[in-house]
Amino acid sequence: MSMFASPRRLREMGVVGMNQRNNTIIGPLNPRSLYPLVDNKLKTKLLATEKGIPTPALLGALKTQHDLKGLADVLAPHDGFAVKPAKGSGGKGILVIASQRNGMFIKANGQELRVDDIRRHITNILSGLFSLGGAPDVAIIEELVRPDPMYENLSVEGVPDIRIIVYRGFPIMAMMRLSTRASDGKANLHQGAVGVGLTISTGIAVNAVQFNHTVREHPDSGADLMSIKIPGWADLLELGARSADATGLGYLGTDIVIDRDRGPLLLELNARPGLAIQIANGVGLAFRIREVDEIRPRYFRESPHERIHRAMTMFN
Amino acid sequence: MKKSSQSSRFSLFAIVGFLSVLGLGQSIHRHVAYDIPWIPGTEKSIWSIEAHIQFSGRGQPASVNLRRPSDQAGFAVLDESGASPGYGLSFVDHIGLPTAQWSIREATGQQTLYYRAEVLQRDTDEVDEEPPPRLQSRSWEEPYATAVKAVLDQAFSLSSDPFSLTRQLIKQFRTGNRAQNEQLLIDEVGEDNLTNLLADMLQSRNIPATTVYGLLLEDGRRRQRLKPLLRVWSDGDSEIFKLALSPEETRLPLLIWQPTRGYVLDVTGGTGSDLTFSMLRSEFTSYGEVASALGEGDDFLGFSIHTLPIEEQAMFKTILLIPIGALVVCLLRILVGLSTSGTFMPVLIALAFIETSLLTGLVGFLLIVSVGLMIRSYMSHLNLLLVARISAVIITVITIIALFSVFSYRIGLTEGLKITFFPMIILSWTVERMSILWEEEGWREVAIQGGGSLLTAVLAYLAMTNPWVRHLSFNFIGLQFVALALIMLLGSYTGYRLLELRRFRPIVDPVK
Repeated sequence: MSMFASPRRLREMGVVGMNQRNNTIIGPLNPRSLYPLVDNKLKTKLLATEKGIPTPALLGALKTQHDLKGLADVLAPHDGFAVKPAKGSGGKGILVIASQRNGMFIKANGQELRVDDIRRHITNILSGLFSLGGAPDVAIIEELVRPDPMYENLSVEGVPDIRIIVYRGFPIMAMMRLSTRASDGKANLHQGAVGVGLTISTGIAVNAVQFNHTVREHPDSGADLMSIKIPGWADLLELGARSADATGLGYLGTDIVIDRDRGPLLLELNARPGLAIQIANGVGLAFRIREVDEIRPRYFRESPHERIHRAMTMFN
Repeated sequence: MKKSSQSSRFSLFAIVGFLSVLGLGQSIHRHVAYDIPWIPGTEKSIWSIEAHIQFSGRGQPASVNLRRPSDQAGFAVLDESGASPGYGLSFVDHIGLPTAQWSIREATGQQTLYYRAEVLQRDTDEVDEEPPPRLQSRSWEEPYATAVKAVLDQAFSLSSDPFSLTRQLIKQFRTGNRAQNEQLLIDEVGEDNLTNLLADMLQSRNIPATTVYGLLLEDGRRRQRLKPLLRVWSDGDSEIFKLALSPEETRLPLLIWQPTRGYVLDVTGGTGSDLTFSMLRSEFTSYGEVASALGEGDDFLGFSIHTLPIEEQAMFKTILLIPIGALVVCLLRILVGLSTSGTFMPVLIALAFIETSLLTGLVGFLLIVSVGLMIRSYMSHLNLLLVARISAVIITVITIIALFSVFSYRIGLTEGLKITFFPMIILSWTVERMSILWEEEGWREVAIQGGGSLLTAVLAYLAMTNPWVRHLSFNFIGLQFVALALIMLLGSYTGYRLLELRRFRPIVDPVK
């Protein structure tokens, strides 16, 4: 058996490659001027709030070294929170504090930090340590997302998130990303996270992969992956479609988490979503893109609610 | 949306077509009108050599004498000229040696003079029959006289004729740790005067010998200096000993600039004089072509960088190769899908490889990056801010380069000195980027990106050093447009990358 697939077979499966994504999808559909909306988490959050899209609550945004003086007061009332660089990518520079005890901050893995440690981390963020090209950045402090207990066995050290690709306002493909011990709590598939492909019509698992191999159980907890069914699936799709409308991007990756109290929350947006989602679903994006391209022009002007129901029947 | 993308595709193809026609047209014109061959010739190379003289005038009359090369076995001087605003210039024979003489009433401030020669290189194994110089015996004071005698006696006992004696002497002087007598003599005359010392010693044993000054010819080099060489005669035969040259340098063609001992440049009425050389090779297949090229017209279609001064031409020889490197990067990234650390970093590394030779370059690169990574990983404990950390890495890289140079020179590897050709700032960024990659994604990703960068650099190096590619890119400027057209075409490729065929294989047949 060859290590390579024939290009003809891949084309038959509708697999979209990097060059095609960059040249024919992202190029024409995502104007450069809109990138800052998604590349800066603070801007995304403000935009989402303005459009009524739920996100984890913003507890504070620190823009200058001077803002750090009041840090202890900002943090004191919140048990758990996450500190993130606004312009970070790929999960860089994210510090998650699960709880506070006796003035110490406790990370998800049990490590204890003092307020000075957090202050130093924020200084690093402000100096651009985690942003692209070292540009000065802003640190945002977010309310901690508490996952639904039903996901407890699915993800190690991290909240599972759901990536939905929205093409010209229509959700066309989705997957759930589960961190594993191999991925060191990170949700990137190439680092060993498990990708579970979900149907657009129902939010039920269709396929799961880790390191490009098909899996049926979570490698660490042994939880059955094929029984995953996301409750309130239509709400998640609608969140994705509304985010696409809010940003104006024609090809958008929306990352959503489900909070046990607040339900689905928009975590972040991506203007250049990767192509691994095709492997997780075991199917290419091209046919779904073509189906959307061929629907009647007036459907594109429908409300997000109508569009997602159209998509749910289209991608059955 | 479809329509606009189709029209943009059409205009892309129109531009690509236009560029290709323009580029090929210009190249074909040059081929037909100037008879420039498509394939690099091996027989007749013409070297354009430019001597660059600088000195400061003192506000008084100045005269400058520069020795000129003369016809010799292997080389024929075709044309000579000088550029020197305000100076009177004449080519004369001065004490039997061809000389260029410049003079001016008043020279004030920085003065720059150029002498340029077109020299035809012939393939020949002949050696010039130069009459041996008159024997002059030189006497040394004590303790040098004793040292000279001891050194000569030792070499004499280990040799059979003047040539083997010379070889033995060179061996004794050029060994890593010299014996006491040799060291004493070197300390007296200075390392730079070794050839003169050896000539004097041989003369004292009635062996005709002299220092000659030669220029190593290597295409596209700038700021080169003359090398002192030792010429020794024995029974009407003579041999030139290329001491102080690396093995690679001895393979280069050698033009004897001045066949005797003495000054090459003499400046009166000025101070701080300096002499450097630039050189460039052009290939020709017929003498008619040589003649036409020397008086080449400069209409637009014949547009050629041959009309620039040699120093700039030599620079362009490298610059014009960069598009080739860029093309290789495009091919590897777009068609193969290789990931590299920094998009065009591999091209810069390949340029460094051209200066250092491939093996030295590879060893040097791996050494700098791996040591840099080790030190950088320690620095990450110190929590430095970004700009300060990169600056620290730059200094680390420079220190590594300096240490490596000194160390390799100590153990007699002059090759190691070439490590200074590496672009240090770029390497520092590479170290920084790889170190972050290591922390975030693990060593596998570092190996993938590092290996990808190195593979790209090696392939770019092979493309850029290919004699045919070099010949075409320098002689046919039009081909730059063709490279541009190719790159634009690659930029619109939407098919799969080679490595994606492997990445997406689980979609067509799932692996359990």
